[in-house]
Amino acid sequence: MRLFADLKALIVRDRRTDGIVPSSGFTAHLVILSAAAMAFLAVFALALSLASGRLAVRWGDELAQSATIRIVAPVEQRAAQTETTLRILETTTGVAFARALDSSEQQALLEPWFGSGLDLEKLPVPQLIEIIQEDNGFDAAGLRLRLAAEVPGATLDDHSQWRAPLVQSANRLKALGVVSVFLLAVTLAAMVTLAANASLAANVQVIRVLRLVGATDGLIARAFVRRFTVRAFAGAALGMVFGMISVLLLPSASEASGFLTGLGFQGLEWALPLLIPLFAATVAFFATGWSARRVMGDLA
Amino acid sequence: MIELENVAYRYSSGDALLSDISLKLAPGSFHFLTGPSGAGKTTFIKLCYGALRATSGAVRVFDQDVKSLNRDGVAKLRRRIGVVHQDCQFLDHLSVAENIALPLTTTGRDTQEAREDLTELMGWVGLTDRAAALPPELSGGERQRAALARGVIMSPDVIIADEPTGNVDWEMSQRLLRLLVELNKMGKTVLVATHDLSLIRAAKTQVQARVLRIANHRVQLAGADL
Ligand SMILES: Nc1ncnc2c1ncn2[C@@H]1O[C@H](COP(=O)(O)OP(=O)(O)OP(=O)(O)O)[C@@H](O)[C@H]1O
Ligand SMILES: [Mg+2]
Repeated sequence: MRLFADLKALIVRDRRTDGIVPSSGFTAHLVILSAAAMAFLAVFALALSLASGRLAVRWGDELAQSATIRIVAPVEQRAAQTETTLRILETTTGVAFARALDSSEQQALLEPWFGSGLDLEKLPVPQLIEIIQEDNGFDAAGLRLRLAAEVPGATLDDHSQWRAPLVQSANRLKALGVVSVFLLAVTLAAMVTLAANASLAANVQVIRVLRLVGATDGLIARAFVRRFTVRAFAGAALGMVFGMISVLLLPSASEASGFLTGLGFQGLEWALPLLIPLFAATVAFFATGWSARRVMGDLA
Repeated sequence: MIELENVAYRYSSGDALLSDISLKLAPGSFHFLTGPSGAGKTTFIKLCYGALRATSGAVRVFDQDVKSLNRDGVAKLRRRIGVVHQDCQFLDHLSVAENIALPLTTTGRDTQEAREDLTELMGWVGLTDRAAALPPELSGGERQRAALARGVIMSPDVIIADEPTGNVDWEMSQRLLRLLVELNKMGKTVLVATHDLSLIRAAKTQVQARVLRIANHRVQLAGADL
């Protein structure tokens, strides 16, 4: 009930409170400016967090789906061992598809490192077998045992070794984004509290006079709270708009999206930054209300 | 209406300023409060509207013990008591008219009818021309008149004025006194602190006024021998 009245007082201009506190251009602009800056940064922190979350999922999924077997064997045994391996894979549950890369594919893979013109047949280059797993995956330990028994030169790589740290760092990045948003909120709260305190301290005389004429603490507090809440909202809205425009202007995610080009919002995620001004207003509402109660308690 | 029972008061820094005060301001009564400068008139008045709390004893206003009121309670009490302060504090960023109307705005009673009362009241205290001025631009006497106007705008049940005529000429002080007498005749309880004995004499010709005198830390009813 009280809260509802407070909220209404925020939105509806209240003749009782509007003019009673002198406006202070300077602190007002500072609050708007810092709220705008925080909101701008928050948009990026949010984008970072969402993008790394997506990345973590994608890396996790895609890499979990595939595995590779490397066969290192003397040139003359390579074909036979490859044959055996493919046969084993056919009878392994959980393997959806397996095929040996042909030499032109292997050549393409190596070209970036060794240049073109390699004759793979003559070189002791491992033969690669690509495995696509079924949804439930296969029993990697079991497969390794069978391979060890039948194909001495085969090594199974289910990518888990290098996948794990990648996924982990993507998840860390995501958490970092969330922490940044949280820190921005705390900083905004601190800024607004400082500004509100300064404003209340500068208006001690005004508060005294208002009390003399019978204004309740609640009414006096509302005059300040409304002001700072509106300012924080306006500033954050401004910063959010600029932040979103900047995110829009980032290079769009291409097919082979690296991490940096994927920084942005997708679909419904675009609605998320819209919450930033509301969030900033809420922070300002409580921060100002808290300082007002404290200052007026001290004055009594 | 206002009742003090064995009230004593001392500021934290000093000795007892007021002690052993028991008195009653009946509804509709008109009292003057007099005494030498520094005797404690302003202090007594502050006790009456809840700005100070008695060190001992009880102050009851509208049958409520002031001690038992929280800040909101005191705020509500002040809406029923028009106080004219000796140091006339205003909001310097609002015009004189807005300052006088401040009790109306803060309590949401800023109606058309109240606006008309405001115009009339400003005329009575001779501030019609200064309505748009800011408080720092007023003379001492103009400030006092504005403070009186603000004190009575809510048509409160009790009007307490601390030196309302300290800075104005005889003619204006008679005019302000008339206003207070008129309000008293409408049934308001009035308490006026003043040094000005001629004001008290003038009042006695118009209304049944009693005089309280502060002497030796006590508040006593003065005799007719002023
Ligand atoms: N806040 C305070 N703290 C300590 N002492 C105070 C305080 N206010 C007033 N006094 C002292 O209390 C005494 C009475 O002050 P008060 O203002 O009540 O006198 P007064 O009768 O209204 O005087 P005047 O006629 O000059 O207005 C004075 O000696 C004053 O110095
Ligand atoms: Mg005084």
